[in-house]
Amino acid sequence: MKILVAVKRVIDPYVKIRVKADNTGVETQNIKMSMNPFDEIAVEEAVRLKEKNNDHEIIAVTVGPDASQETLRHALALGADRAILVRTEKHFCSLNIAKIVQKIVEREQPELVLMGKQSIDGDNNQTPQMLAALLNWPQATFASKLTVQEKAIEVTREIDGGLETLTMSLPAVVSTDLRLNEPRYASLPNIMKAKRKVLDITEYDTLGLTLKEHVQVISTTAPASRSAGIKVTSVSELINKLKFEAKVL
Amino acid sequence: MSTLVIVEHDNKFIHSATRNTLSAAIALKQDVILLVAGYQCQAVAEEAAAIAGAHAVWLVDNAVYEHQLAENMAELITSIAGSFTAILAPASTFGKNLLPRVAAKLDTAQVSDVSRIIEKDTFEHPIYAGNAIETVKVLDATKILTIRTTAFDAITESQSPCCIERIDKSIQESSTRFVKHELSQSERPDLASAKIVVSGGRGLQSTEKFKLIEELADALGAAVGASRAAVDAGFVPNDYQVGQTGKIVAPSLYIAVGISGAVQHLAGMKDSKVIVAINKDEDAPIFQIANYGLVGDLFEVVPEFIEQLKASR
Repeated sequence: MKILVAVKRVIDPYVKIRVKADNTGVETQNIKMSMNPFDEIAVEEAVRLKEKNNDHEIIAVTVGPDASQETLRHALALGADRAILVRTEKHFCSLNIAKIVQKIVEREQPELVLMGKQSIDGDNNQTPQMLAALLNWPQATFASKLTVQEKAIEVTREIDGGLETLTMSLPAVVSTDLRLNEPRYASLPNIMKAKRKVLDITEYDTLGLTLKEHVQVISTTAPASRSAGIKVTSVSELINKLKFEAKVL
Repeated sequence: MSTLVIVEHDNKFIHSATRNTLSAAIALKQDVILLVAGYQCQAVAEEAAAIAGAHAVWLVDNAVYEHQLAENMAELITSIAGSFTAILAPASTFGKNLLPRVAAKLDTAQVSDVSRIIEKDTFEHPIYAGNAIETVKVLDATKILTIRTTAFDAITESQSPCCIERIDKSIQESSTRFVKHELSQSERPDLASAKIVVSGGRGLQSTEKFKLIEELADALGAAVGASRAAVDAGFVPNDYQVGQTGKIVAPSLYIAVGISGAVQHLAGMKDSKVIVAINKDEDAPIFQIANYGLVGDLFEVVPEFIEQLKASR
């Protein structure tokens, strides 16, 4: 089975971000970048499926500038077999990213597409559902357990009240939640091996897509800041403050 | 033209998130139609019709929609979308699962987690775990929005019921099948809409000791939340998680016990009105946003807290 894993290069989750002074976005110059944590979980899940069945082939794909090759090399070091970069300097909304990935899916014909449930920069939580819609495939979002059978999958999803289990036929799109697995670290030999794996570069312009603009970002601002309050020294003082000062008890 | 709100429900009752979503829909200043799609869900339609501000309820009652699977629901909504210039759903797991599928079918963008409506085409929403607010203008004719429920007041007022229109739409059913639900049982208020939330973190050390948080919550009539660390360590189920990847809450009072205050956790609770932190590490980042901080061992402080609350009753 062919498994396509979509990954994204984002600001490292542990970096404290800064909004640009002119409110045009967030500072990304000289800032540590990493693979989106949910995508690492998607790669790990694909690798675990391959460890159970050696016939599987894992293809990592990303859309972005040249620097996104690092993210693909990381996916290769974690166990992906080959990688595809759709190279572009343009910034796209989720729907257009889904349309670009759709082109790669049509070319590669995978039976399963694994993606993170959301990227930690845009926090949109849209692209997997949109890709599934464009392909007219079933979708299993926020997966915390995935079982692959012959021509179908069973997925346990994290929902607000607890868990929900669904079955659906392949091909399908699955988006990963944090609880799906614990991603491994790339070992040094695997990082070295990853350098020799195939990384194809497809220029965005050669895909033959004419994508229209759907949203326009007007501004990016810092949220209202909360000021630190006071420290109390005892439980009774705390209860007093909550009752008479804050009036929330 | 009018606005469509997708009602979240369990075929018996409306989920309270729908009432917040309706509030956002009314801000768009068009007639609001509520869509109730499910199976044997007449009661839900009747409840919806009586919420102040509802202009009409469209009821689609068919076994195909019993579990409101995204594939079937998206087919249905796409088929009726032509009558609307805005389609809204709560930014709950239900809305997040469904609405992007609808958006792509309509070749329209979606704005996720809308926290403010500026104009009928311009919206604010948080990005980077709430560390930046992005204002976007939607260029598509139809606006597809998931609504951050804590940013809009729930509509609790009633009206004399508006009309319920039964519609029948046959769709091409997908291969997706519902197998089962495993829902957490709790007598406590719902986490996302509770007035008081008590959350525990890694500092609780074990499932047994986490009971202390539940006792404090019960003494306050509060909901129980948790940090990712507490969920990953297995102290509580994952639907307790508050944060960027869990639930977003904004209660009047949020009490964080044994939680350091990582960026991802703050993303889920920093819009709370009053924040209390109880932590033995006085340098914990949670103290930088807490209105009231108490430095101390939670295993001494929390039992004392419970005792004094009971005594004052």
